[in-house]
Amino acid sequence: MLKVIKNRFEQGCRTSSYPKEPIKLYSRFRGRPVVNRNCDRAVALQCAQICPQEAIDPEKMTIDLGRCTFCGQCETVSGGAFVRFSQDFELGAANRQDLITDGELPDLAVQAKAHFKKLFGRSLQLRQVSAAGCNACEADTNVLNTPFFDLSRFGIDFVASPRHADGIHVTGPVSVNMKTALLTTYEAVPSPKVVIASGCCSISGGPFYGSEEIVGDLNSILPVDLYIPGCPPHPLTTLHALLKFFK
Amino acid sequence: MADLLRITNGERIPRAAIPSLALEEFLQALSDFVKADGYIVQLFAYRDGASNRLLAVLRNEALYVAGTEVGDSFPSLTKTASKKFHMFEREIAEQYGIRPEGHPWLKPVRYHANYAGRPDVFGNDYSVDIPGNYDYFTVEGEPIHEVAVGPVHAGIIEPGHFRFQCAGEEVLHLEIQLGYQHRGIEKMLTQVPQKRLPIICEGIAGDTSIGHNLCCCQAIEALAGLQVEKGASMVRVIGLELERIANHIGDLGALSGDVAFNPPAAYFGRMRGEFLNLLQVLCGNRFGKGLVRPGGVAHIMGAEQHGLIAKKLVEITPEIKNVCDLLFSAHTVQARFDNTGPVPLELAKELGLVGYAGRACGLPYDVRTAFPTERYTDLPGNTNATTLGDVNSRAAVRREEIMHSLSLIEMMLGQHKGEHKSVQMQQYQLAPSSLVVTLNEGWRGEVSHCVLTDDAGRIQRYKIKDPSFHNWTGLAMSLRNQEISDFPLCNKSYNLSYCGFDL
Repeated sequence: MLKVIKNRFEQGCRTSSYPKEPIKLYSRFRGRPVVNRNCDRAVALQCAQICPQEAIDPEKMTIDLGRCTFCGQCETVSGGAFVRFSQDFELGAANRQDLITDGELPDLAVQAKAHFKKLFGRSLQLRQVSAAGCNACEADTNVLNTPFFDLSRFGIDFVASPRHADGIHVTGPVSVNMKTALLTTYEAVPSPKVVIASGCCSISGGPFYGSEEIVGDLNSILPVDLYIPGCPPHPLTTLHALLKFFK
Repeated sequence: MADLLRITNGERIPRAAIPSLALEEFLQALSDFVKADGYIVQLFAYRDGASNRLLAVLRNEALYVAGTEVGDSFPSLTKTASKKFHMFEREIAEQYGIRPEGHPWLKPVRYHANYAGRPDVFGNDYSVDIPGNYDYFTVEGEPIHEVAVGPVHAGIIEPGHFRFQCAGEEVLHLEIQLGYQHRGIEKMLTQVPQKRLPIICEGIAGDTSIGHNLCCCQAIEALAGLQVEKGASMVRVIGLELERIANHIGDLGALSGDVAFNPPAAYFGRMRGEFLNLLQVLCGNRFGKGLVRPGGVAHIMGAEQHGLIAKKLVEITPEIKNVCDLLFSAHTVQARFDNTGPVPLELAKELGLVGYAGRACGLPYDVRTAFPTERYTDLPGNTNATTLGDVNSRAAVRREEIMHSLSLIEMMLGQHKGEHKSVQMQQYQLAPSSLVVTLNEGWRGEVSHCVLTDDAGRIQRYKIKDPSFHNWTGLAMSLRNQEISDFPLCNKSYNLSYCGFDL
C-alpha cells in the first residue's frame, strides 16, 4: 500500500490540457505538408519519382495525404524546395478529395454533419476493427486511453460490442480474409452510425497498395464519414479529428 | 554437418555455392541436425524455372544452409523428426502446393491460393471465407463445451480466431487460426519497385518496424555491397532497443491491467509513450518508421537528439525501477503470475520457441549475442534469473531486458560522436544469383529475412519469418489444462504478432 502511495506521488498528474492549450510536437515530427507551388517542375517530378507511395502529382503540385506515409523523403531529397512537413498534426478530413492537397485543409468542424454533432457530441462509443492493420495504428489508437490523452474525459470510448457502438473505427488495408468480418461488424452497429477510416492503409491500401490480397480502399465497401491520415496517425491527429468532427 | 554450407548472418552467398542435395539426403540432413539440438531459421519453397526447390537455413552455434529439388510432395519431417517442422511444412504446402506426406495435422496457415497455380493441397477454391474447407479440432463428450473467439476481438487489437475446447473452466485444447491479416507481402516484395521495400517492411508488423526493416536493409546492403558507417550503426542499435523497451513496458502495463492492478497499468502505459516519443525525436515517427534505410539511417542523431534521449533516460529510469518494484512485489500480482501458463523447457525446445518466450523457459538464444550484427558485436549480452516458463517468468524476463536495453542505449550514447551522414532510399543494382540471410533480435525474438536474386539481380524470392511464427504454438501449449479465465494473461505475456505471422 505504501508503495502504491509513493508511486502515486512520484507519477503526479500527467493528463494533457489539450485542446484547451496547444501542444507543440518535436521539430522532426512530420505533420501537414506545405507544398511550394512555385517550385521548379523538374524538382517536383524528381520528388514524385522517388515517392514510394506515388502520392505526389507533379503537374498539379499536390500530395495525396490518403496515400502518403509521411516518410519525408521528398522533403529531404528536394532540400525543402518542393515540400516542407510542418508540425501541424491536425489532418482529419471529411472528404477523400480534400486529402489531395498542396497543404491547405478545410476546417473539419465546418465539414462535419450537423446531425452527428447532435447525436454523438456528448457521447460517442466506437467499435475498433483492425482489418489487416500492422498494429501501429492500433497501438496509437489504444494510447488514447492512457493517462496523458485520457480520451474518456471527452465522452468518447472504445467499446467491446458493436451493439453498444455508434460507429466503427477501421485500421488496415482490409485484407480479403477480413472483409466479411468487417462488414458483419458494421451491420451489427445500430443506425445511425459513423465510419472512420484511420491510417493511410484504410484510405488507400497504404504501403500495400496493389496487392491482390487486400481491398485497399475502405470507402469502396463502406461509406466513410471521417478520414484520419498518417502511418500511423499521431494520437493527437486522431484526438483532434474526433473532437472537431463530433464535438 | 558435412552436407551443409556454413554461412554468417548478413553475408552474400553465390547461389552456386549452396549445397544442392538429393531430396533424401536433404531430409536426412535436416532430421539429423534438428535432433542434435539444432533449430530451423527458415525452411521454404520457391519456383526455379520449371522445378520446385526447398531451401533450409538452420542454426546451432553457427548458421547453415542447404537446398534440394522437390516434386509435388515429400515425406513429412514433422511426423518422423520433430514438431519444429510442423508450421514450415504447412506453409510450404500452402504457398507452393507441395504436399508433406504424412504430416499429422495438415491445415492452412494463412488461407490463400498458392503462388504456383497448382491444385490446392487443402481442397479449397477460396471462393468461401476463411477457414474454408476445414473443420476445427474438437474434443468430444458430454461435459465438453467449445468457446469460439474472434476474429474481431473485444479491444483495440488485431484479428485472429481462437477455439477453446473446455471441460468446465479447464481448457483441454486451444486451436489458434490466423490468416485474417494476410496482405500477400512476400509475393508483393518480388513484384514492386525497390523504392517500396523499406516502407512495406516497416509495415510487416508495426510494433517491430525497426526489427523487420533492419533485416530488409541489411539484405539490400549485402546484395548491393553497401557499407554502413559506425555512427549510423549505433543509431540503428538505439532504435532497435528503444523499440524493445517501449513494447516490453507496454506489455508489463497490460499484464498489470489483466490482473486488475491498475496503478502500474496506468504508469507503464504512459511511460511506453515516452519511449515512442524518443523514437519520434530520432526520426519523426513514433514507431521508428523512416529511420533505417539501406546504407545507414535516414536521420542523423545530432547533439540535440543525443541530449534529449540522454536526459529522458536519466529522468525515467528510476521511475521504471519503482513501478517494476510495485508490480513485482504485489502479492495479488504474484498469486496470478506464478505458475500460470507454464511451458516446460523440453517442450520449448521441441517447439523451437525464440525470444523472451524461449528465454523464460531457459533457452538463452538471443541473436544479439549468437549472430551479432551492427554494434552488437561489442555489446554485452543479458542473462535471466527466472526461467520457469510461466507468466511470471515471461514478465520477469521483460523486466530484465528493459534494464539491459537501457544500459545498451547508454553505452551507445557514450560512444556516439555524431559523425555520420544520412542516407535516402535509391535504386540499387543487386548482385545476381545470390542468397542472403539476415537475422536480428527484434523485441519478440528472432526476425529473419531471406532474399534470393535471379541471374539479372532481380528479387526472385523474398522470405520473411517473424518470431511469432514459432511462438504462437507456445501460447496454445501454455493454455493446456489452465483455466480459460487466464487466457488474457497468458496471451499478453506472449503478446504475439498477428500481422507478422500472417504477412
